[in-house]
Amino acid sequence: SKRFLSEGLSVLSQQKSMVVYHLIYFAIGCYETAYKLGLSLSFRQEIMKWNGWGYSDSRFLFNKKGQAEFTGKRYRLSGLILPSLKDWFEGTFGANLQHKSPATVIAPPNLNEPFIEDLKAAGVAASHDPEDRVFRAHGHCLHEIFALREGRIGRVPDMVVWPSCHSDVEKIVELACKHNVCLIPYGGGTSVSSALECPHEETRSIVSLDTSQMNRILWIDEKNLTAHVEAGIIGQDLERQLNEHGYCTGHEPDSMEFSSLGGWVATRASGMKKNIYGNIEDLVVHIKMVTPRGVIEKSCLGPRMSTGPDIHHFILGSEGTLGVVTEVTMKIRPIPEYQKYGSVVFPNFQQGVACLREVARQRCAPASIRLMDNEQFQFGHALKPQVSSIFTSFLDGLKKFYITKFKGFDPHHLCVATLLFEGDRGKVLQHEKQVYDIAAKFGGLAAGEDNGQRGYMLTFVIAYLRDLGMDYYVIGESFETSVPWDRVLDLCRNVKERIVRECKERGVQFPPLSTCRVTQTYDAGACVYFYFAFNYRGLSDPVHVYEQVEHAAREEILANGGSLSHHHGVGKLRKEWMKESVSGVGLGMLKSVKEYVDPQNIFGNRNLL
Amino acid sequence: ILSYPRHPVLKKRDDFEDVLEERRRSSDLRYALRCYTPTLYKGLVPCKVSMLKSIVLQSDHLQCVIKQVSSESGDSTECVAEEASLILDEMAHRMQLSTVRFFVFTLSKAFKRLFRSVCVNEEGIQRLQQAVQEHPVVLLPSHRSYMDFLMMSYLLYMFDLPLPVIAAGMDFMSMKFIGEMLRMSGAFFIRRSFGGDKLYWAVFSEYVKTMLRKGYAPIEFFLEGTRSRTCKSLTPKTGLLNIVMEPFFKGELFDVSLVPVSISYERVLEESLYARELLGVPKPKESTSGLLKARRVLSEDYGSMHVYFGHPVSVRSLAEGKIKRSQYNLLPRYIPQKPSVDTHEFLNDAAFRLVRIQEENMVLKPWVLIATLLLQNPDGMDLSSLTEQTDWLRHLALAFGAFLDWPDHEACSEVISCSLALHRRLLSVSAGHVQLSVTDAPQVETTPEEAVFQRAVVVLSCASYRNQILHVFLRPALLAVAMQSANSSRKDDIYNCFNFLRNMFSNEFILCPGDSVQDFEEACYLLMKRGVLQVLEHEIVMSASGQSTLAFLCSVLEPFLQGYQVVCRYLCEETNENLTEKEFIPAVRSFCFVSLSSDLQKNALAALLRLKAVRKVKV
Repeated sequence: SKRFLSEGLSVLSQQKSMVVYHLIYFAIGCYETAYKLGLSLSFRQEIMKWNGWGYSDSRFLFNKKGQAEFTGKRYRLSGLILPSLKDWFEGTFGANLQHKSPATVIAPPNLNEPFIEDLKAAGVAASHDPEDRVFRAHGHCLHEIFALREGRIGRVPDMVVWPSCHSDVEKIVELACKHNVCLIPYGGGTSVSSALECPHEETRSIVSLDTSQMNRILWIDEKNLTAHVEAGIIGQDLERQLNEHGYCTGHEPDSMEFSSLGGWVATRASGMKKNIYGNIEDLVVHIKMVTPRGVIEKSCLGPRMSTGPDIHHFILGSEGTLGVVTEVTMKIRPIPEYQKYGSVVFPNFQQGVACLREVARQRCAPASIRLMDNEQFQFGHALKPQVSSIFTSFLDGLKKFYITKFKGFDPHHLCVATLLFEGDRGKVLQHEKQVYDIAAKFGGLAAGEDNGQRGYMLTFVIAYLRDLGMDYYVIGESFETSVPWDRVLDLCRNVKERIVRECKERGVQFPPLSTCRVTQTYDAGACVYFYFAFNYRGLSDPVHVYEQVEHAAREEILANGGSLSHHHGVGKLRKEWMKESVSGVGLGMLKSVKEYVDPQNIFGNRNLL
Repeated sequence: ILSYPRHPVLKKRDDFEDVLEERRRSSDLRYALRCYTPTLYKGLVPCKVSMLKSIVLQSDHLQCVIKQVSSESGDSTECVAEEASLILDEMAHRMQLSTVRFFVFTLSKAFKRLFRSVCVNEEGIQRLQQAVQEHPVVLLPSHRSYMDFLMMSYLLYMFDLPLPVIAAGMDFMSMKFIGEMLRMSGAFFIRRSFGGDKLYWAVFSEYVKTMLRKGYAPIEFFLEGTRSRTCKSLTPKTGLLNIVMEPFFKGELFDVSLVPVSISYERVLEESLYARELLGVPKPKESTSGLLKARRVLSEDYGSMHVYFGHPVSVRSLAEGKIKRSQYNLLPRYIPQKPSVDTHEFLNDAAFRLVRIQEENMVLKPWVLIATLLLQNPDGMDLSSLTEQTDWLRHLALAFGAFLDWPDHEACSEVISCSLALHRRLLSVSAGHVQLSVTDAPQVETTPEEAVFQRAVVVLSCASYRNQILHVFLRPALLAVAMQSANSSRKDDIYNCFNFLRNMFSNEFILCPGDSVQDFEEACYLLMKRGVLQVLEHEIVMSASGQSTLAFLCSVLEPFLQGYQVVCRYLCEETNENLTEKEFIPAVRSFCFVSLSSDLQKNALAALLRLKAVRKVKV
């Protein structure tokens, strides 16, 4: 119970009601009692938007003076005025203010009474409150958020259950099998693959299994540098709690503020600093998952095994179709002594990619290295806060002059790489020099720590920006792929151009924002992230247009040698390409696993297969 | 873009403007020296001619092939690389604006003497200007004369479009001075055949692709591969088409625009030269002295010339749903790959469709109609009946969608006498009677053989004009012959017959493979609309008024049917077991006078080989 208090106080300190709740909870000391008292179990739900990204107190808005600002106190950007955002916004899309008020009507739940009876008897917390259900009915795909804002809500889960530990999950799954109820595991709710959408064709009662209460670090083993953690824990909590012990996992996906460990495992997540720590599949040592057939896990914590195909790989990326990941043993590392951001300006994207390729060839990538294209560089500039003094503004002007006039970089072609170094101080500085030396060979100029840091901060706030866009008739989304090095440039150019062309063909009146960045480097290729947004004024069905364009963009990615997904997963959004991606036999293999593990299709979210 | 309009008649075409008019009014020299600022491709990577060479030689693709060749032949890689470099030197163009300016000056003079007008559709030019900025462009002109590529470059210069690099046959290179001049105005030279030569192919394809990828210049080549001696479009070649499409297939370019260009001549400069060639007189070797001797042509009137720039065809939209680009995902892109069966089929289909676009945009002059009629009446016609029938044919052709350049507001007889005057070398008019004949310097002592030869030259020259309109009548004519020979009015029987004929003649005419049903329906539609046929559910019935049209259509194909029959008869009756390919043409020619044209004989043999009626045995 102590953990609840500490968490409540640290994460939710502004929320008085939550503190009160936690105090009550602490006093009573009993989960079920709290539930019976009618208090909500979903803390996060109360501090987060129900129809947009992230925390309720953090959002972009245009103030009365028409200047953009970012509200709240959570981010580096919070409370700051962003003078250039408006111009960029208008220049890119053309803005027009009009809000829409949602009119939400939720269908009454389709409850499986015997299941509820048994669940109560087993003492598992549950709810069929409409708010709880709607909150867990979606991820963050554009069409999902758009529908919420318009007040159009499709099928939502009929009830929500909150297991508090592994054995609770076992009970729930057993009862679900007994009463033929459909279970959809829910972690952080940050899916962008329609994975959380309730299948329309599902006639059984749908139960959202929220893992948020399974959020403890069960033990830390300093000898082997591993930690055993419940899978419902949210990324930032895991990191903070490990930090208290002097450790970290180093797994930092862009969604880490909200996404859960179980979700990472279920989607094969990738972290920003994977160059040092590895992706999720490199980080896990042991996974425990409850399936309708029973629990699947390995018998020891050996670091590598040759025991036939790795069963972890049936679980990693299974997207909630086989069961619920309940506990994970993962590698931990001591917190690095020193961190340093950095950035490099390149005359053009080609040079930038060539530099990243060379860095990967020499296997000297820093913890993170990302390359934004020119459009994104300009967007980054739009998010530059108001400068504090004339001197800073003068300095900025000087820098700009140096790069564009003295070095001859074309502001419409130059692009920026952001860097993050980690480790002990001496090595970081040495490493930094090595990377900057390589960059120099490709015409790169060091552009300061501040630009680098802002680049990474952007990652966290960019999702908020979509909500602002939607207020002004702009919709957008991001998607990703991985591709061999030699095709990176061609793929980026073709996909961006395809987006522009498709928008035009479908009657989008303003040229869309179509931009990309290379976010990860590997020995044999890179991960590329695309952002795409357009002003939808004049379109009768903007979401449909959006979906057609995204579909075309994915076709283009596949035609250019890109993968179906690097880390977002397949969900239901990209299902149609699975066979093409993994071959008929491959898909058959996965299907037969599903057939064996879950013959009743209890885990019926219909993702992936 | 490439699907045929169901109603070919309704096709809208652009208007023309005479570009020589301006030239006749102002100084050619000043014009040749004027400021030339072409519209540029947005993705252009500026690149010098010399850089181009090193990019090609350093390319992964060429390096890979050099290694392959070296390990197969046992020569050192340096040695093979040196060879590659020599091939490239022999091939590469050295485009220079000054040379182009020189050509612009001289061609302005020449064109003004040769042609009454050179008409260009300016809307097409505007479309091209747009296309050039968006994506790399490939220009695909029809090929009837040496003039073609000179004219293309001339026009592009005129309209401030980027000057093309042109794939030219090696024959030109051997012309002293002129070869080098052409090279400096953008021509690059390729050997006529290099089937097995891996290295040559690699250098060649990489050279073309590099220029395309960099957006260096529009690439120009002739789909038909060579000049058509018969004025009938030739079966397209797909090799170069594959090369220019591959950068799109492999994702190296977002798209490539193909621009079919139709160049039509009222009188082809090489008119009688072609006829002689078809009769077995070897083609005069391209030489500078030959060219100087040919100055004679400058003194003649070649009427007008039309250049029609078609709509740019996007390779991306052509390939949509037909080419799975992901097939290139599993192999590094620099490793050369033979086109898959699907790709090959696609290339072939695309090539045919592009040639059909060329055909459809060819401007036809009234003389083409007259030539068709005169050939059908070897004994000549009265001027009055010629006038009457030409007028009838004109309406038929228009109804079938012909792109006819018939002068407005002019009496039919007037138009005809103008045409006859322009082509007086091919005919004689006496006492109101028009007949094909030799009027050019009648020699007193001609042997009978020579007389026959002279007459054949005239007939073949004339046929080359008739051939220009064949694509308009082809499908209905196949149907007419099918109806005649099917001996049944059942639609199925007629279709089978149609299909057989279509199959038989697919080396002779441009008939898109796989379009059999479409072609049949088009023919039915056209004839039905003309009131010649009634197409019922299971039957096709001729209407009473349709007799003359059907008869005319049958006689359009008559010479070809006869020619093929002669070839078959010869093969059945005269051949002993082993006939070499070389002997074939002279043998058939001496066997029967009717099948004169070597082109027809070659096509017939190719068709018989394809249909497996004849077998080729390698010795």
